[in-house]
Amino acid sequence: MEPFVTLTAAAVPLDIANIDTDQLLPARFLKKPRSAGYGNFLFHDERKPGFPLDDPAYAGARVLVSDRNFGCGSSREGAVYALVDGGFRCVVAPSFGDIFAANAAKNGLLTVTLPEETVADLRRQLQNAPGATVTVDLPAQTLTGPDGRALSFAIDLFKKECLVEGLDDVALTLRHQDAIDAFDRTDAERRPWVVPGRG
Amino acid sequence: MTSQPRSLFEKVWDAHVVATRPDGQALLAVDRHFLHEGSFHAFGMIDHAGRKVRRPELTFAVADHYVPSHSRAKPIADPEIANMVTMLEANAGRHGLRHFGLHDPDQGIVHVLAPEQGLTLPGLTIVCGDSHTSTHGAFGALAFGIGATEVSHVLATQTLWQRRPKTMRITVDGVLRPHVTAKDLILAVIAAIGADGAAGHVIEYAGSAIEALSMEGRLTVCNMSIEAGARAGMIAPDDTTFSWIEGRAYAPKGELFDRAVEHWRTLPSDPGAVFDREVRLDAADIAPAVTWGTSPETAVPVTATVPDPAADADPVRAGQMRKMLDYMGLAPGMALEDVPIDRVFIGSCTNARLEDLRAAAAVLRGRRAVVPGLVVPGSVPVRMLAEAEGLDRVFIEAGLEWGEPGCSMCVGINGDLVPAGERCASTTNRNFPGRQGPNARTHLMSPAMAAAAAATGRLTDVRKLDVRKLGAS
Repeated sequence: MEPFVTLTAAAVPLDIANIDTDQLLPARFLKKPRSAGYGNFLFHDERKPGFPLDDPAYAGARVLVSDRNFGCGSSREGAVYALVDGGFRCVVAPSFGDIFAANAAKNGLLTVTLPEETVADLRRQLQNAPGATVTVDLPAQTLTGPDGRALSFAIDLFKKECLVEGLDDVALTLRHQDAIDAFDRTDAERRPWVVPGRG
Repeated sequence: MTSQPRSLFEKVWDAHVVATRPDGQALLAVDRHFLHEGSFHAFGMIDHAGRKVRRPELTFAVADHYVPSHSRAKPIADPEIANMVTMLEANAGRHGLRHFGLHDPDQGIVHVLAPEQGLTLPGLTIVCGDSHTSTHGAFGALAFGIGATEVSHVLATQTLWQRRPKTMRITVDGVLRPHVTAKDLILAVIAAIGADGAAGHVIEYAGSAIEALSMEGRLTVCNMSIEAGARAGMIAPDDTTFSWIEGRAYAPKGELFDRAVEHWRTLPSDPGAVFDREVRLDAADIAPAVTWGTSPETAVPVTATVPDPAADADPVRAGQMRKMLDYMGLAPGMALEDVPIDRVFIGSCTNARLEDLRAAAAVLRGRRAVVPGLVVPGSVPVRMLAEAEGLDRVFIEAGLEWGEPGCSMCVGINGDLVPAGERCASTTNRNFPGRQGPNARTHLMSPAMAAAAAATGRLTDVRKLDVRKLGAS
């Protein structure tokens, strides 16, 4: 996984609430291997005239600034692949679908949660100055908008560590192998019905 | 020793913590891992890393997303779809997993199959690479959807790193009115708290209206927890739960079952358990519901009219409403009961259990559907039971198609699509743009309401039809 430390890039505003993972990656592309180029499937059916991602003024954007409940719906990690392969490294929104946010962190895509008013203001700034850049500093947990104001954001420390270091968490988990083995032994005695008999 | 009162969620969570980190992340043990055809990315990851499945006996593969709803006698025509089904079989075979494949006599939608087989039990942690895994919380399990990287992590370690979610209790007291079902109840909850109203939370559903629900109804409620943004939904296990489980194929038997029940009786929330948020609804206020927009939070009583964006003072929100109305082809002020539909779909992990099919058949018995429609039972056993009761004849005589079990038109990836521009009365869980097919328009509702819409060709208040026998969920 590509580590995420700092990023300065153009940002594209998307004034839509409840962007679900079906919109990010229509279900018919789920059977495609990652090598098929998921970036081409990003928002595939939303690409109508006037869609901000197709506006040349926002070309090369690596940050997406949207509205509440971004990434709700299906657990498909392909929605994150589509964003990452489409060049995005950061999504800013007032709230995220929990599963989407977890998937994003596993793939080096930073989700920044900021208050609804703040995000609406960022979108307005980007609409008024298309192509303007934002700067994200993950170790400092700040996002600086086009107006130069540094906004602090909160992030789970584990998620931050995984993103900054580009960690594979299976390797991290295997450090707890003894605890897992011990849990399994105790649990087999405590709840012997958990392992199902073959029906 | 005195201890703090704990909620159902806290008891299940605490019993599965293997390790904790100073930053608050917990390594949770996973009791059940369900896989469907979409698991190929995750198998690719563990294969690439040379890792094995740590607990094959807790891991079950189910073909449901891509399986055909029509005849299964011939091979699947589309090579890409056929490949999804065979890839799951190959991955399950290679790793020694029980595989409920296309021709298995117990095959079905994973969230219908697992409870039916007695794989879903109270107090378990259950994960699956599918957001509707929240369904299994109906048994008092902690069950939630995960993405492909997490699926690979569970395959390799039988654990998952999680931050302890917040808790929310939604109490629904009172008695649901006639023709008001579990589907209407959960749609009312989502409309009340919003599509992200429970983000970061595990919901416990409580109250007399929840306790009165059958297991089918509870499964419908927990299924749609994710549509309120919840991490999971749970209902305290009780005698309704235990009698459903007893005797099922993979459920504990004999003395082991008794021991399990004894433990399961300790799981319900203690009196005085504290929740981060409490929400209350009165069952008597809930009406048969339909959605008008492209988010489940747009559920309203079927007697309502289409809302007017001009009435919203926030220009961004008004714009978003206009976009939804434009997609749905609706105008502000229209009575929903005047909206004509093009087809119906009765099925999905939300509403494809026997009770759902009975409720739909009760409306359609002796009636003709005036629009085409597809009825897809949730599993082969549901299909057989429905046929033994003659429900298939009711649907076929009404002019609807009777399909083979699977996810079908809820997600449309097996080829069952709502054609562009068409309006579908659907018992599914998501009305997102393009969900049932590019430019398809979805109205969510209960099985009885979808059957009523089939009979009249428009969104219909089922209470206005003469229906003798009522179903519940």
